[in-house]
Amino acid sequence: MKMNGAGVWLRGISGAVMAFLYLPILVLTVFSFNDSRLSAVWQGFSWHWYGVLWHDAALLAAAANSLLVGVLSTSLVVLLGLPAAMGLERLRGKGVRVVETIFLLPLILPEVMMGVALLLFFVMVRWPLSLATVVIGHAAFNLPVVVVLVRARLQKLDPRLEEAARDLGASAWETFYRITWPLIRPAVLGAALLAFTISLDDFIVTFFVAGPGSTTLPLRVYSMIKSGLSPEINALSSLLVLLSMGLVGLSLVLQRR
Amino acid sequence: MNDLSIDIRALVKRHGETVAVDHVSLQIRRGEFFSLLGPSGAGKTSLLRMLAGFETPDAGEIHIDGRSMADVPPNRRPVNLVFQSYALFPHMTVAGNVAFGLEMQRVPRGEIAGRVEATLELVRLSDKRDRMPGQLSGGEQQRVALARALVNRPAVVLLDEPLAALDQQLRQQMQSELKSIQVQVGITFVCVTHHQEEALALSDRLAVMRQGRVMQVGRPEDLYERPENLFVARFVGASNEIEGVLASVEAGTGDLLPQGLAPMRGIRVSVPAGLQSGAPVVMTVRPERIRVTPGQGAEAGGNCLHGVVETMRYIGSEWQGVVRIGESVRWTIHAPNAGSGNRPVAVGAPVLLHWSPDDGVVIPLI
Amino acid sequence: MLAPGLLWTALFCLLPILVVLAVSFATRGTYGGVLWEFSLENYRDLLHPLYGRILGQSVLLAAMTTGLCLVMGFPLAYYIARLPPRRQALWLVLIMIPFWTNFLVRTYAWIFILRTEGLLNTLLLQLHLIQAPLDLLYSNEAVLLGLVYGYLPFMVLPLYAAIERIDPALIEAAWDLYADRWSLFRLVLVPLTKPGIIAGCVLVFIPSLGAFLTPDLLGGARSMMVGNLIQHEYLVARDWPLGSALSLVMMLIVTGSIVWYLRAQAPRDGERGAG
Repeated sequence: MKMNGAGVWLRGISGAVMAFLYLPILVLTVFSFNDSRLSAVWQGFSWHWYGVLWHDAALLAAAANSLLVGVLSTSLVVLLGLPAAMGLERLRGKGVRVVETIFLLPLILPEVMMGVALLLFFVMVRWPLSLATVVIGHAAFNLPVVVVLVRARLQKLDPRLEEAARDLGASAWETFYRITWPLIRPAVLGAALLAFTISLDDFIVTFFVAGPGSTTLPLRVYSMIKSGLSPEINALSSLLVLLSMGLVGLSLVLQRR
Repeated sequence: MNDLSIDIRALVKRHGETVAVDHVSLQIRRGEFFSLLGPSGAGKTSLLRMLAGFETPDAGEIHIDGRSMADVPPNRRPVNLVFQSYALFPHMTVAGNVAFGLEMQRVPRGEIAGRVEATLELVRLSDKRDRMPGQLSGGEQQRVALARALVNRPAVVLLDEPLAALDQQLRQQMQSELKSIQVQVGITFVCVTHHQEEALALSDRLAVMRQGRVMQVGRPEDLYERPENLFVARFVGASNEIEGVLASVEAGTGDLLPQGLAPMRGIRVSVPAGLQSGAPVVMTVRPERIRVTPGQGAEAGGNCLHGVVETMRYIGSEWQGVVRIGESVRWTIHAPNAGSGNRPVAVGAPVLLHWSPDDGVVIPLI
Repeated sequence: MLAPGLLWTALFCLLPILVVLAVSFATRGTYGGVLWEFSLENYRDLLHPLYGRILGQSVLLAAMTTGLCLVMGFPLAYYIARLPPRRQALWLVLIMIPFWTNFLVRTYAWIFILRTEGLLNTLLLQLHLIQAPLDLLYSNEAVLLGLVYGYLPFMVLPLYAAIERIDPALIEAAWDLYADRWSLFRLVLVPLTKPGIIAGCVLVFIPSLGAFLTPDLLGGARSMMVGNLIQHEYLVARDWPLGSALSLVMMLIVTGSIVWYLRAQAPRDGERGAG
């Protein structure tokens, strides 16, 4: 491709912006293998800090909590979101916009607002903060994610396919089970993976609604950062980056299909 | 009565303000290839979707094989639809698609295999049975869609613009294939199309629709030779028209006195029953019934008008031209390609147009 | 089928917001908690210079973040939109990946780089470019950097979508009609991509305004933003009514910018045909 002056200039800026996006993560990962307590000076390659992670009982407990919250809240939003997306797709008339807005509300709300509102709500209804309140919180902000993604897939689905199934004698349930579900399954799995990733990564809402003993991985990372830096955080961060990248990559592949 | 397949009585369907189907009544016989022909917005697709059960009539009734279809959902109707977009299930093989309807009806597995095989044989797709729909050509997809409907042996197969998605050449080939399959299976076919040539070629009978109403029902030759109104005359084939008033009507024949034209002699026409002298009418003649000769001298017998050739185009099999008669009447003419591509008449030349009184169809102006 | 999901959102999102609304008009109890006595005191308190300063600073920081993202994002989005389709997809995925990695971790990465004993200072010291470590962290600039870093993808994606839709012939026509680069940008690109620009700005502005982690981790004592103030009122000062009033003001600003965005997205009469 021929490049004029502006092209080179554009390319330079674009490259620089990309470097800005990736360098911090890259540097962090590289230094997670640093064999030194002084984390910013390179002393040689080592798996040491990953070993430390593996023996950190509090961290492992937090990871288990995160996993549990992720699985439970994701299952919940899929069970709630799939029928909701299908219902929205079938809805006609003036009410659609109102219903849509209510569903999207958690997506447009600032996270802090979502966190304090849930906290206040749980306190008011005297619901003790626990891992359960965290699951509810995550399911609240992840529901629109599933609804939006599944609905996008449903909108791309030819409505004639469902009509064809009905015409060939299928009941409503058979139409869903034999036609609709196989066609949207990858998108639903993709949405679920994304919701799981967001749940795994969430800090703010968890921060407000987590009860004692329900520390999740991000909460643990936060308190580690606040209480003084150790190369252990680099190792943990690198793992988390790798994990989200893998999950999101898989989710994207599934949604493409 | 017992050879009636579909009985539609005073069917009405409104979409908001517009009336999509306006008091349509039709009787379709068993084993008949019946077409609904009309421009877009004529209500033919609405009618088809009401037959399939996807739309509910606002008034009127549909009976299929003598059974009322009111409150019968699409999955319980003895009809199967071939969708315009085919709507083949993209995640199932060809055989899977064809077997779907039988599986839904809980037909025993052994029987399903046999019927699927036989139907794929019928549409000549046995070798493609394990392909996915995405791997098939347009014509093959069309045949799968047809097989998927036929395999259920429904009382009626509905076809929504079955050939619209195919290119010109494939269209003609599929036309004859569709017709021969229909004859073989003997099932009632109801076909929606906006393509008049296709409707004429395929149908035993057809209904021409316009703005929700049926304009005329009949065999293809009835509609082409004896259109009952100007819409049908113009929509089915080309129509050359002269407005005028009837005179000296007697025993089914009469004279047409054209408006603003001085014919060489009175135009003889056959007059449908019920029209009297003095009735304002339009006479229409098909282009291929008109004989064109150069010059001005009148010949004896038949009808004859003067004209001037305005355009002439060569399309290979024949010449097609426009002749101006008087000030503003323009007729389309088709002249046979007599040989060596010679122009039968020159542009700008005065010509004579001849046609037989039997070929002029008189349509009353209301 | 809608009912369970709708009920869920109503119960755990709509209702909590209404609780916040109610509490914002209540009175603070002596030992924290809420006394149900109607008062406008909390909103009057917001006019206090301290709160006003934090509110103003938040809006300013969010606006600067938006501006910087726009300046950095536009060339990048334009560059991507002009790439061959396969490379476009690759670049878009590359833009999205950081956005989907843990926000906490990404913020931490900047602490690791910027702090006194951090990577940048170590590097500069080793190269003898500086004699003493620089105070880079815990400042408004660090917060700004963190916010831009965090929300840049929100700007690039809608900009890309808008630029990609422009018919290349329009740009060629502008060249053909003697436009220079600046005129091309100002008179053709900006008007045609306006919906994308507005979408990007709103998408960056909203989370920036409500940011909590970035100012909490990268900011100093004087870089508090509304998000931190709300957290402080709730969890430290335990003044829930005041915290609720603050939350609602923030939500009002956010809603305002969304309404503005929706207005700008709706096609005006006469523009419909050209699209």
